[in-house]
Amino acid sequence: MTDTDQIPAIEVKALDKRFGPIHAVRDVSFSVRRGEVLGFLGPNGAGKSTTMKMITGFLEPTAGTVRVNGRDIVAEPIAVKKSIGYLPEGAPAYAEMTATRFLEFIAAVRGVDNAQRRVDEIIQRINLDGVRHQTIDTLSKGFKRRVGLAQALLHDPDVLIMDEPTDGLDPNQKHEVRQLIKEMAEKKAIVISTHILEEVDAVCSRAIIIAAGQLLFDGTPAALRAKSDKNDYDDAFRTITTRFYASQGKAEQS
Amino acid sequence: MNNFLFNRNIRAIFKRELYSYFNTPVAYVFIIIFLFLAGIFTFYLGAFYERGQADLEPFFNFHPWLYLFLIPAIAMRLWSEERKSGAIELLMTLPITTLDAVLGKYFAAWCFSGIALCLTVPMWFTVNYLGDPDNTVILAGYLGSLLLAGGFLAVGSCISALSKSQVIAFVISVVLCFLFILSGFPLVLDFFQGWAPQFLVELVASLSFLTHFDSISKGMLDLRDLIYYLVFITFWLYANVVVINTRKAD
Repeated sequence: MTDTDQIPAIEVKALDKRFGPIHAVRDVSFSVRRGEVLGFLGPNGAGKSTTMKMITGFLEPTAGTVRVNGRDIVAEPIAVKKSIGYLPEGAPAYAEMTATRFLEFIAAVRGVDNAQRRVDEIIQRINLDGVRHQTIDTLSKGFKRRVGLAQALLHDPDVLIMDEPTDGLDPNQKHEVRQLIKEMAEKKAIVISTHILEEVDAVCSRAIIIAAGQLLFDGTPAALRAKSDKNDYDDAFRTITTRFYASQGKAEQS
Repeated sequence: MNNFLFNRNIRAIFKRELYSYFNTPVAYVFIIIFLFLAGIFTFYLGAFYERGQADLEPFFNFHPWLYLFLIPAIAMRLWSEERKSGAIELLMTLPITTLDAVLGKYFAAWCFSGIALCLTVPMWFTVNYLGDPDNTVILAGYLGSLLLAGGFLAVGSCISALSKSQVIAFVISVVLCFLFILSGFPLVLDFFQGWAPQFLVELVASLSFLTHFDSISKGMLDLRDLIYYLVFITFWLYANVVVINTRKAD
């Protein structure tokens, strides 16, 4: 249709992050187009969260660039942050606020039009109506996660980044969240990190795997499954990561 | 977005912070203790009645010492809490600058201490009922006290950004504020006297909260004292921004 469809919604190029001696992310490149749901996979400590924190502008990359809708996050942080909805790991929020107040605060900072109506809308959409006047610290894990989701969706962003959106939820809640992601997928570029591989099958149109900060796989769920002799995600994941760690071990020995 | 000192983002953060003070016991504990101690200090230690003078000097004289413990207590949660709960990741990925966040929080804390200070007006009524005080001096006293609180808060806010632990933030802020109160006294000056050049000793002496506070609260509104507080607050808030930018993710 227009030029914006030509530019990937998220474009990560040669991204690198060091924390002192620790090399957390090494030369990671990938891009996400509108309509795609990218599953971000990897063992714990692989650099998933760090990469997401750089895409959302919380951390500055040591090297490499992140562009969202063609704009560089380091050069234009405010403009880029406006177009992103972000659910950080663990869905942090202000515990002493009620769910409604918290969402009103986010709406105020984001300059959402018709804030009151939009907050009501999102509360209905995410099924928070029953707890909207409870303070967030009294909410169950599932509801806290939903408040985090509501916060990320409030301004109807083009780009949605979610760090383990279904972690700690019961099967019904997981299903709801996945359903929600599928419904939004068409109009947005979505990145979710997870270590539940069934999630890839359930919602993702593409998957990437990183381990020890390096990109090991980038392709469709079907291509990922084909990496396994048993045609199974878990097996494919293990095959790819263990082969990588084995080659790393050899590299260190030689 | 037109006004950089109080734009939409700062207003939103300011409101949220102030709301949080009043939705946790902090606000009420602080206000009650502040009023209680201010009263005790004025009437007993300050011998308000016995002096037989219609002014609020015994009241204001104790403010630096009250603030020394109470202000770090309201500043300590500003950033420590944010870092501990991880909410800082949420805040700093909103479309705001670090300065917006620092100013919004700082103004809220300052406004809160101002509210506590306003609640001491019965003192003002009392002294007007008992005698015929110079009300401009009293007004200057209130201004001086507010500026003093602002200075302490700027230190406290910056220090709270350094640590996830509110207790550590509190203790370090108290010690720093104590040094700034005392920097006009031999206790601190002797430390520099032996080796430092004279101008440095004078510089340290001129940094003292107490000298600047005393002259304002006695009704001598000198531009230099106002500038001192302004520069002091600006410096610490700038340091606060730098600390957040470099250490927010630690």
